[in-house]
Amino acid sequence: MEKFQTITSTYVSLPIENVDTDQIIPARFLKATTRDGFGDNLFADWRYDKEGNPKPDFVLNNPAYSGQVLVAGKNFGSGSSREHAAWAIGGYGFRVVVSSFFADIFRNNALNNSILPVVVSEQFLSALFASSNGNPKATVTVNLEEQTITNNETGRSESFEINAYKKECLLKGLDDIDFLLSNKDKIEAYEQQRTFSYD
Amino acid sequence: MKTLFDKIWDAHVVATVEGGPTQLYIDRHLCHEVTSPQAFAGLRARGLTVFRPDQTTLTADHNIPTMGQDQPIRDQISRFQVDTLAKNAADFRLTYYGLNNPKNGIVHVIGPENGYTQPGMTIVCGDSHTSTHGAFGAIAFGIGTSEVEMVLASQCILQTRPKTMRINFEGKLNKNVGAKDMALYMIAQLTTGGATGYFVEYAGEAVRNLTMEERMTLCNLSIEMGARGGLVAPDETTFNYMKGREFAPKGEKWDEAIAYWRTLKTDEGATFDKEVTFDVSQIQPMITYGTNPGMGMPIDGTIPELEDIDAAGKISFEKSLAYMGFAPGEKLEGKQIDYVFLGSCTNGRIEDFRLFADYVKGKKKADNVTAWLVPGSWQVRRQIEAEGLDRILEEAGFALRQPGCSACLAMNDDKIPAGKYAVSTSNRNFEGRQGPGARTILAGPLVAAAAAVSGKITQP
Repeated sequence: MEKFQTITSTYVSLPIENVDTDQIIPARFLKATTRDGFGDNLFADWRYDKEGNPKPDFVLNNPAYSGQVLVAGKNFGSGSSREHAAWAIGGYGFRVVVSSFFADIFRNNALNNSILPVVVSEQFLSALFASSNGNPKATVTVNLEEQTITNNETGRSESFEINAYKKECLLKGLDDIDFLLSNKDKIEAYEQQRTFSYD
Repeated sequence: MKTLFDKIWDAHVVATVEGGPTQLYIDRHLCHEVTSPQAFAGLRARGLTVFRPDQTTLTADHNIPTMGQDQPIRDQISRFQVDTLAKNAADFRLTYYGLNNPKNGIVHVIGPENGYTQPGMTIVCGDSHTSTHGAFGAIAFGIGTSEVEMVLASQCILQTRPKTMRINFEGKLNKNVGAKDMALYMIAQLTTGGATGYFVEYAGEAVRNLTMEERMTLCNLSIEMGARGGLVAPDETTFNYMKGREFAPKGEKWDEAIAYWRTLKTDEGATFDKEVTFDVSQIQPMITYGTNPGMGMPIDGTIPELEDIDAAGKISFEKSLAYMGFAPGEKLEGKQIDYVFLGSCTNGRIEDFRLFADYVKGKKKADNVTAWLVPGSWQVRRQIEAEGLDRILEEAGFALRQPGCSACLAMNDDKIPAGKYAVSTSNRNFEGRQGPGARTILAGPLVAAAAAVSGKITQP
C-alpha cells in the first residue's frame, strides 16, 4: 500500500447526508474482477445523465473544484459493504474523505485502501462547506502524524481519532494481511484450545 | 455477567493488537461472485493458498439471470464474473454452489436452510446483509473485499469491538404486521445511521414469538440502521428449525452442540451501551416514502413537512422526495404503483411466499402491475412447488422466476424502469438501487401482495 503523508489540498464539497455506497458506485458497475477503473463511475448517476453526458450542476463536473479531499454530509458510506466504493473514491484521486459520521464498513474499506476517513464535528463540517462555497481555492491540511485537520480559510483545526495500529499501517504503507500472516502460530494455537469447535 | 454478543466475541479472540483492533477467528465464510474476485487475485499475487478451505463456501447469486439459468449467461461481463468464481473455487478447492446446483441460491438464504449457519459462530461474507445469520445467535457481519482476502489467507479478521445495543420489542404484534414492519418501524425511529458502531441484540416477547425466518428478516435489516449486525439468542425455535438440516450436527454432536448453545444468552444483569424498547402494539403495516430505509411510515401515514426536517438534512430530504416524485405532507395510501418485487435475502423465503400466495389466492393481479416473484434459493422454489403455491400464484396471474438477488440490486436484467414505482420486499430504497431512476417503496410480503392485487398502495 501507498504510504500516507500530510496533505494540503483544495477539496470537493458534497453537502448531502446519508450518501450510500449505491450512490458512490451503482451496482451495475460492480461486474469487474479487478480493482481498477471504478473512478470513472464514481457517483455515476449523479454525475452523468442517461446518455452518459456530464450533468453540469454536479460538483465533480465543475472544473473549478478538484483536490485530493472529499468533504461530505453526515453518515457517509452507508448501505452495501462493496469495497468498490473505496476503489472508486481512490481511483478518482481522493486520499481523504471528511464527514461528521461514517458508516462502519465503508470506514474499514477506506482504511484498507489507504484512504483516510476523517471524522470532524458538525460545526467544523459546516464551516468547510461554507469556506468552499464560491471559493474553489479553499484548502484543508490533513496531518495524520499529528491527527489534525485544518481549515486553511478559517485557520481552525480539529483533532481526529484513529487507532494506533491503523495509523501505523497508513504511515508505513502496511496492510492487515502482512500482520495476520505473521501471526499464524497464534491462529493455530487458538484452533487447538477454542471453546467450541464447529466442523 | 456478559451479553450474548460478549460471550461469542470473547470465544473468538485470537489476539488483541496493541492500541488497535481484535484479531477475531471466523468459523464460516461465505463468498459470492461480486465481492470476491479481487480477493482471490490478491492471494495469487502474494502466492498464498486458502488457509482453511473447509470453512469457506461459494455461491453465485448477485449477478445471475432469473430466467433461463440452464443457458449460458448472455451478459458477457456477468458471465465472466461468475466463471471467475467457479475458477477460484476449483483452483483453491472450495465448495461452490454454482448455477444449476440444487443448493444454489442467495448466500443468506442457503446458509441457514442447509444448517451451515449455527448458533455461537462468527460468520462473515463480503455482503452487508450477512447480518441475516444473526437470527441464529451468531456474530455475523458484512465485510469488504480486502477483509475477504484476510479471511481466505488466515481465517481471521481484524475488527474493532463494536458497542452493544439491546432492542426490546415488547407486546404482541397487530394483525397483518410482521418482522419487516417491525424492522421498518425500528429504522424509522432510530434513523439509517442510528445504530452505527453498535452490534444489536433483539429481545422481548415479540422477538421470542417470531419464527426463524422472521428473525432472519429482522436481523437482515440491522445494517439499514448502520449496525454491523443483529442477533437473537438461540432457543427452542432455533433448535427445532436446525434439527435435521444437512450440515447441522448429528447424534452425539447434536447433543453437545445444544448443551453449548443453551448457554448462549445474555446474563441477567449484564449491561448494554444502549438499550431501546418498542411497544409493538404501535406498529402498523409499513412502507417507505424516501431513498433510505429510515424514511418509513405506516401505510396511512403522511410524509413529513419540510419544516420538520433539521437544517443539515433539508437538502437530502428534498433531493430524496424529488427523486421519488412525492411531496412533503403527501399521503401515499391509494397511490398507483407499477411493479411488485417479492424476493431477496430479506423476504425471499418460503414463509414470505406462503403469505403472498395466501393473500392473492382467488384474487387476480392488477393489470397495471408487473410482478417479479423470485425465490431466494432453489430449495425455496422446490418447497413452493411441493406445497402447490405455484399453482395458486399462477391462477392469480403470477409467474415464478429462478432464484437470485434479482431486482434487489438490479445487477442482472431485472431492472425497474426509470420513474416507475416498485413495491419491493427487498432491503434498500436507495436512488437507482433497483435500476437507474427506479422508485422503490419498501414493504413486507403482505403489503406487496395487496399492492400486486389492487395495483395501489393498500392496507393488506
